[in-house]
Amino acid sequence: MIRGKAIKLGDDVNTDLVIAGRYKFRSISIEDMAKHIFEDLDPTLASKISPGDIIVAGKNFGCGSSREQAPRVMVAAGISAVVAKSFARIFFRNAINIGLPAITVEEKFVDSTADGDLLEINLERSSLKNQTRNIEVKFNPFPKMLLEILDAGGLVSYVKKKGSLLQ
Amino acid sequence: MATSAEKILSKASGARQVKVGDLVVADVDFVFAHDGTAPLMIDVIREFGVSNLKLAGKSSLFIDHAAPSPSVQSSILHRKMRDFATIHGIKLYDVGEGVCHQVVLDNELVKAGEVVVGADSHTTIHGAVGAFAVGVGSTDAAFALATGKLWFRVPETIKITLKGPSLGFGVSAKDIALALLGKLGTDGARYMALEYHDLLRPSLSKSSRATIANLSAEMGAKAALFPVEPYVPDADADYFSEIELDCSSLEPLVAKPPLPSNVVSVSEVEDVEVDEVFIGSCTNGRFEDLSAAAEILRNRRVKEGLRCIVIPASRHVYQEALEKGIIEVFLRAGCVVGPPTCGPCVGAHMGLLGPGEIAVSTANRNFTGRMGDPSAKIFLASPATAAASAVEGRITDPRKYLKK
Repeated sequence: MIRGKAIKLGDDVNTDLVIAGRYKFRSISIEDMAKHIFEDLDPTLASKISPGDIIVAGKNFGCGSSREQAPRVMVAAGISAVVAKSFARIFFRNAINIGLPAITVEEKFVDSTADGDLLEINLERSSLKNQTRNIEVKFNPFPKMLLEILDAGGLVSYVKKKGSLLQ
Repeated sequence: MATSAEKILSKASGARQVKVGDLVVADVDFVFAHDGTAPLMIDVIREFGVSNLKLAGKSSLFIDHAAPSPSVQSSILHRKMRDFATIHGIKLYDVGEGVCHQVVLDNELVKAGEVVVGADSHTTIHGAVGAFAVGVGSTDAAFALATGKLWFRVPETIKITLKGPSLGFGVSAKDIALALLGKLGTDGARYMALEYHDLLRPSLSKSSRATIANLSAEMGAKAALFPVEPYVPDADADYFSEIELDCSSLEPLVAKPPLPSNVVSVSEVEDVEVDEVFIGSCTNGRFEDLSAAAEILRNRRVKEGLRCIVIPASRHVYQEALEKGIIEVFLRAGCVVGPPTCGPCVGAHMGLLGPGEIAVSTANRNFTGRMGDPSAKIFLASPATAAASAVEGRITDPRKYLKK
């Protein structure tokens, strides 16, 4: 079970907006980059994120650059999951690969969720609840392998747990 | 029955015939990463704890995003890549060789029908030669490098027919791609393959195809294919949708900030004053692109107060442009010619924008903050439009400088 308060974002939030290229080539640690998360979208946003927060975004979240720093910086900033109307494909793969749940939900859920609402995600039951507004929706279940990767905390730990790279 | 993407994935996964939506594990033919993604890939390889990398002999590393290094921290990352490449016997293309995609094209490292995994979103470019080429992040690249395999969801395919008879006057491949971006938006091809059918006469050059396949990433595409035998689609292939684009009636186009899909005719933005023009990148930094820009800049001067930065996409492109006298045209016009690199496109170095500045760029993204300060604005255009804008100091229709 994942619980956290919603941070609401719009459509087409690209990976440059998550972490600008100028930091990618300047800072080395992901933790250093996390101080600049979402800076070009809203310079005050980084200071408003508390551990466990859940991003709730519009369509095509994570489009643009393939930089895996984007989901990694989100995890370093304390984000526990991303819920969106749709995801750009590279971001989706990168998020799952590092153990960050990326959940596609119906548009209405996103539209009726506001900043600060309390959310609850159950990956096994494929359900998502907005406790503040008492709305519960189901999302398309993750394929078994992806759930196992998320459960392990990412592809590296998954592969190590399985004992070999391909099984 | 099968689209080009399905034929390639069937072959690569050993399946008789894959279907849309199948999850397949495919053999990867070539994997690469650059200094923006390789350092993290190297960390992930170390976390995996493997020493024998299956694809070491069929992989390359490129130092192109911040090259030559603009900071001590970048230098440390570059050093990490060189050490890793030496240990594992991986070919590394060092500073000055050029942008990864162009070096791959120049050296024909990728062939039709291959499955290519690149830790860069514009890897779709290699569909220009008929490869199923997919952009991934560092962990996927690490997995492919270590195991020689990667899982894929078989994508739906959109068939795009480029109709002629020929390209409109003053119009180039960039304008075709921008027209498609205007139609499909930033996610119209999300998770799908784009299959291009070129009916133009003369048909598009490899360079032009590369520009279109490259920008397909901005439409959300997983792969972009100009099919090559024997991976051409069956006559009864199933498509998600079909688009026909009349390329003979196209006009020069411009994408307004902050999305590459905000496409308008050049005439709608002609009054916009410009501080910087960037001609280069994996999208439009090839010889064909530099030639188109030089045709306009020959015997003309860049507008006083504007900086025009020209960056050939690779050493090979640079050399050809030098031999054909094109570099001299740029120098005489007052342009700055930089060494082969991604340059300001990724906001790493060589021409970052200050607060409120406006750029015309031949690259691929006009996102907020992409090339520097978040209050700067980027307009995407063809090399010809960029060159004409450099002459006038404002966004300009290139047709007035071209002979019919």
